[in-house]
Amino acid sequence: MLLSPISIISSSFAVLLLVLALTPFLRLNQRLLINVGFFLATIASFFAAVAGFWSLADGMTTQIILPIGLPDLPFHLRIDLLSGYFLAVVGLLAFFVSIYSIGYVKGFLGQRSVTHLLVFYVLFLAGMLLVVLADDALFFLIAWEMMAASSYFLVLYEDERVENRRAAFLYLVVAHVGAIAILLSFGVLAGLTTGFSGFQNYTFDAMRAAHLPPELATLAFLLAFVGFSAKAGVIPLHIWLPEAHPVAPSNVSALMSGVMLKTAIYGIVRIVFDLIHTFPWWWGAMVLVFGLVSAVMGVLYALMQHDLKRLLAYHSVENIGIILIGIGLAMIFTSFNMSLLAALALIAGLYHTLNHAMFKGLLFMGAGSVLHATHERNMEDMGGLIRFMPWTAVFFLIGCISISALPPFNGFVSEWLTYQAFLLSPALPSPLLNLMIPLGAALLALTSALAAACFVKAFGVTFLGHHRGHHGGRIHEAKWSMRLGMLLAALACFGLGIFPTYMIRWMDPLAEKMVGGKIAASASGLGWMWLTPIAAERASYSAPLAFIGILAVVIATYLLLHARPGAIHRAPLWDCGFEKVTSRMQYTATSFAMPLRRIFGFLFSIKEHVRQFPPAPHPAFPDRLHYHLRVRDRFWTWMYQPVIDVSFWLSRRIGRMQQGRIQIYLIYSFVTILVLLIFT
Amino acid sequence: MNIDPFIVEVFQVAVLLIVAPLFTGWIKMLKCWFQGRTSPSLFQPWRDILKLFTKDVTLAENASWIFRFTPYLVFGVSVIAGGIIPVLSMDLPLSATADVIALVALFSIARFFTALAGMDIGTAFGGMGASREMTIASLAEPAMLMAVFAVSLVGKSTSLSQMAIVISQGHSLLRPSLAFALLAFILITLAETGRIPVDNPATHLELTMIHEAMILEYSGRHLALIEWASMMKLFLFAVLGIASFFPWGIPRNGELFAVAVALPVLLFKLAGIGVVLVLIETGLAKMRIFRITEFLGSAFLFATIGMLSYFMLE
Amino acid sequence: MNVQLASHLNSLLASFILLTAFGLVVQRRMNALLHLFAWQGFFLAVSTAIVGYLGGAHDLYISSILTLAIKVVLLPYILHRLIVKLKIHKEVETVVNIPATMLMGIVLVIFSYHLTAPIRELSTLVTRSTLAVALATVMLGFLMMITRKHAVTQIIGFLAMENGLLFAATSATYGMPLVVELGVALDLLIAAFIFGMFFFHISTTFDSLDVDQMARLKEED
Repeated sequence: MLLSPISIISSSFAVLLLVLALTPFLRLNQRLLINVGFFLATIASFFAAVAGFWSLADGMTTQIILPIGLPDLPFHLRIDLLSGYFLAVVGLLAFFVSIYSIGYVKGFLGQRSVTHLLVFYVLFLAGMLLVVLADDALFFLIAWEMMAASSYFLVLYEDERVENRRAAFLYLVVAHVGAIAILLSFGVLAGLTTGFSGFQNYTFDAMRAAHLPPELATLAFLLAFVGFSAKAGVIPLHIWLPEAHPVAPSNVSALMSGVMLKTAIYGIVRIVFDLIHTFPWWWGAMVLVFGLVSAVMGVLYALMQHDLKRLLAYHSVENIGIILIGIGLAMIFTSFNMSLLAALALIAGLYHTLNHAMFKGLLFMGAGSVLHATHERNMEDMGGLIRFMPWTAVFFLIGCISISALPPFNGFVSEWLTYQAFLLSPALPSPLLNLMIPLGAALLALTSALAAACFVKAFGVTFLGHHRGHHGGRIHEAKWSMRLGMLLAALACFGLGIFPTYMIRWMDPLAEKMVGGKIAASASGLGWMWLTPIAAERASYSAPLAFIGILAVVIATYLLLHARPGAIHRAPLWDCGFEKVTSRMQYTATSFAMPLRRIFGFLFSIKEHVRQFPPAPHPAFPDRLHYHLRVRDRFWTWMYQPVIDVSFWLSRRIGRMQQGRIQIYLIYSFVTILVLLIFT
Repeated sequence: MNIDPFIVEVFQVAVLLIVAPLFTGWIKMLKCWFQGRTSPSLFQPWRDILKLFTKDVTLAENASWIFRFTPYLVFGVSVIAGGIIPVLSMDLPLSATADVIALVALFSIARFFTALAGMDIGTAFGGMGASREMTIASLAEPAMLMAVFAVSLVGKSTSLSQMAIVISQGHSLLRPSLAFALLAFILITLAETGRIPVDNPATHLELTMIHEAMILEYSGRHLALIEWASMMKLFLFAVLGIASFFPWGIPRNGELFAVAVALPVLLFKLAGIGVVLVLIETGLAKMRIFRITEFLGSAFLFATIGMLSYFMLE
Repeated sequence: MNVQLASHLNSLLASFILLTAFGLVVQRRMNALLHLFAWQGFFLAVSTAIVGYLGGAHDLYISSILTLAIKVVLLPYILHRLIVKLKIHKEVETVVNIPATMLMGIVLVIFSYHLTAPIRELSTLVTRSTLAVALATVMLGFLMMITRKHAVTQIIGFLAMENGLLFAATSATYGMPLVVELGVALDLLIAAFIFGMFFFHISTTFDSLDVDQMARLKEED
C-alpha cells in the first residue's frame, strides 16, 4: 500500500508545498530560486504523470476524504480512470514545460521579480491537478477557482502594458461567468434532484446515483456545457483566449493552452458520461455542432493573424472544437446504444486531448524561444530564423507537422480516428443524422487543410526566407533547458504518432467505463504495427511502416545519387533573373493569407484600405503606398458589445441608489429592518 | 501459380517508376495531336529527367536543409503511395499501411514540404506559389473527403483493396452515387495534380504559376526528383481512380497469369484516361484563381449529391 | 428488360434530374440554363416512359411524348427566340453568391428527404425512393426563382418546379389521369406565350429585364 497512485500524487503535492515553503527563503537569490523552484515543479509533475498513468493502467479507483473544508462538508478526493488519464495529460506537459521554464524564466532576471511567477505557477499546477481529483462539487469549485485566479495573476505578470491588464480582466470576467454556470449546474444536479434537505448530495457519488428527470438533466447539461465552454474557449465564448494567451509568459501560455483548456473537457466528460449517464441524441448533436463551428471559425481566425502567439491561441480554439467533435459523436452513438462506435469516437476525442497538449505545448515553447531571442511577437518582422536557431526551428517544425494532422506524427492519428468515427455514422438508425453527419466530416477536412495552410504560413514567415527585421546577428539559439523541454515534447509527439496501438490499449478501460465498449482488441487485430479500429478490412493505418518506408526510400535515393561526387554550387538567388532581391520582396503573413481572406472573408468584418502616400505624379507609378488592414471578430459586435452596454446601463441605473447622503442610507437600513420585522 | 506478394509489390513499384513519365509523354502527344502540332516522342520526359540527373545542382546561398530535403521526401512519398494503391494486385503487403484517408494525408505532407521549400528561398514567387497551392488544397480537401465518403459507403470500407474487391463484384455502372463520386474525383484530380483549368503545368508566367512557382529555384538532381514525383502523382491519381471506380482486371491475388494480363489492361485504361484528360485540357481554359472556389465547390456538390443519392436512391 | 434493371435505370435518371436541378440553380450563362432545362425535360420524359413500363400505365407513354415535345423542343425554342429578340446579355446575376446557393440547395435536398420519409414507408411502388428527388426538384426550382434577378430565369425556375411536380406524380402514383396532364401541358404553353408578351412590355417600359428595376413600381412616401 506504500506505493500506489494516491501516495504518488500526494507526494507530488508535498513537493509543490515544499516549493512554496522554500520561496520566502530563496527569494533574494533569484537565479537559485528559479533553478530550485522549477526543478521541484518538474519532479512534482513527473509524479503526477506517473500516478495518472498507473491509475489508468491498473484500472484502480481510490477515494479519500480530507478533513479540511467546512464542517459537515469535507473535501472528497478520488483518483479513478478518468482522473488518471487527465492527471497523465497535465503531468506530462507540466513536466516538459517546467524543464523549459528553467531556462525561459531566466530571461526575466534583471527586469522584474520572478518570485510571484514561480509562486503562482506552482499554485496553477496544483489547482489543475486538484480539479481532476475533486470528487465533490465544493472541492471542484474551489480547485477551479484556484486555477482561474492563479492563471489570472500569471497572465497579468507583465502588467505595465494596458492591453495586458485589459486581457487579464476579460479573462477573469469570462472565467467567472463560466464558474457561475458550473455552480448552477452542480446545484441542479445536487439540489433540485434530491431536495435541499441534507448536505450529503454535493458529492459526485450522490449525483451519480441520483435519478434525474429529463428536463432537469437537460438544464444541468446546458448549464455545465456553457460553463465549461467558457473555460475551453468554444465559440462564441472564446473571446478571452486570443487576448489572454499571447500576453502571458510563454511557459504559462503553453500550460494554459495545453492543459488548462483540457480541464474543461474533463468537466464535460465527467458530467455527461459519468454523472448523467443517459441522455437523448440531440445533446451529442449540439456538442458536435459547436465543435464543428469552433473548429472552422477557429482556424479561419488563426489564418488572419500575424502575431505568432495569437495565431497559436486561435488554433487552440480549433483543436478544442475537434475534441468536442469526437465527444459529440461519442454522445450520439451512446444515445443509440452503439457502444463500440461510441468507444471509437470517445477515444478519438480523448487521444486528441493528449496530442493537442503535446504539440500545442511544443509550439508555444518554440514561440517563447523566438520571443526570448527576438523580443518580437509580430511575424512580419521575423524571417530566416532557421539559420540563427536551428534546433528551435526543427522542434517548431515537428509541432507544425503534428498540428496540421500529417503522418507520421500524433495529430494525424487522432484525426484519422475521428474520420473513422464519422465514416461509421451511416450505421445510425436516424436518416436525418445519416445525411447531416457527413457534411460535418467535410467541415473537419476543411479545417485540417486550413490548419496546414496556416502553419506553412507560420513556419515559413517566421523561420524561412530572409530576415525582415533589424536584429541581424544578435539573435541566438535558445538555452539548453529550453531546448530539452522542446525535445522531450517533440519526442512525445513522435512516439504518440508511431505507437497508437499501445496508447489505445492503455486508454481502453476508460472507454469501457464511460461508454461500455472496448476497441483495443480490434484496434491491434493485425499486430502492434497496424491500427485497425474496427476491422482490418474496414480501415487500417500503419504509422511505423509508412515512416520507415519513406525513410528507407529517402536514404536509398540519397545514397544512390551521391555515389557520384556531384558538385553543389552555392550561388545568389535566381528568382527569374531579378537582381536586387530584398527581404521586403518576400511574402508576408498577411499576403500569404490573402486568397483565403478573400474567399472566407464574409465571416469577418474586414476593412482594407490602400492609399498612395504621398500623392504621386501619375497613378501608374506609385511612389509609396499605405496599406491598412483591420480584421475584426464579429462576435465582439454581436454578442459582447451589447452585453457590455446593457451591464453599464444597468449599473448606472442602480448607481442612482448611491446618493451620498447619510440620511438616505439610514433610511435604507430602517426600511429593511421594518420589512424583516413584518414578514418573519 | 502464385507469385510471392513481395515480388508483385516490387514489380508494381518498378512499373510506377517507369510508366509514370511515359504517361506524361502520352498526354503530351495526345495534346499535340488534338491541337494539330507535331508531338515530341513518347520517351521525351524520360530524356528530360535523365538529363537533369547528370547536371550539377546550384543552390541559393540562403537555402536551408528543408530546401534540400524536400525533393527526397516528395519522391519517397510518391514511391510509398505507389506501393499502397492496388495497381497490379489487390493483395499487397503494403496495402494495410494506409487507407484512402491516410493516402491523401501522405500527399498532403509532400505538399506541405514543397510549400515550405517555396518559402525557404525567400523570393516572391515561392511565397506566391505556396500561398495559392495551400489555398487550393484546402478547398479540395472537403470535396475529396466527400467523394471518399460516397465511395466508402458503396465499398463498405476505406481500405483501398477492400473497396476494389467490393466494387469489382457489384454492378456499379448504374449506381448514381459512384457516377457522381467519379465526376467529383475527376475535378479534384485536376486540382490536385495541377492541370488546366486549375494550373498550367507548362507555364512560367507569374500570374498563372502555382506548382511551378514553388519549385522555381530547383536544379539538377533535385529538380529531376521533383519532376519525376509530380509525374508519379498524376499516375497515382489515375490508378487511384481506376482502383476505386473501374477495378475490373486487377487480380485478386498474385496469380501469375492474372498479373501478366493486368499490366496490358492497366496500360489500356491509362491510355483511355489520357484521352479524357486531354479532351478536358484542350476544351477548357485556365480559370482565374478566385473562380477555383466555384470549381471545387461544384466538385463538393457532385460528391455530396453522390452521397445523398446513396441514401435516397439505393 | 426486367424490372430490376428498369428501376436501376429510373434511379439513375432521378439522380440526373437532381443534377440538372442543381445545375439550374448555380449556372450563370443563359444558354447553358436553356440547355440544362432541355436536358432535365429529356431525362424526365425517359423516366416517365420507364415508369409507364414498370407500372403498366400505358397513358404515361403519351405523357412522355408530350413532355418531350413541349419541354425539350418547344419551350426552349420559344425562350431562345425571346432571348435573341430582346438582346438579353448572356450572364445572369444572383442575389447571393454561388457557393452559398449551392449550400442552400444541399440543405433543401436533405430537408425534402426528411419530409418524404413517412411516405416512403407507406408506399408499395417501385418508384417510391424517387419521391424525395421530385420534391427536391420543386424546391430547387423555387430557390432558383428566389435567388435570380432576371425575369427569364424566373420563368425557367417556374418551369423547373412544374417538372418536379410531374416527376412527383409519376413516383407517387404512377402518373396523373391523362386529362389532367393534357390540361397542365396546355396551361404551360399559354403561360409561355403570356410571359413572352409581358417580357416585351417590361423591356420596353424599363429598358431592362432586371427584376430589381420593378421595385420602382412601389409607392413612395
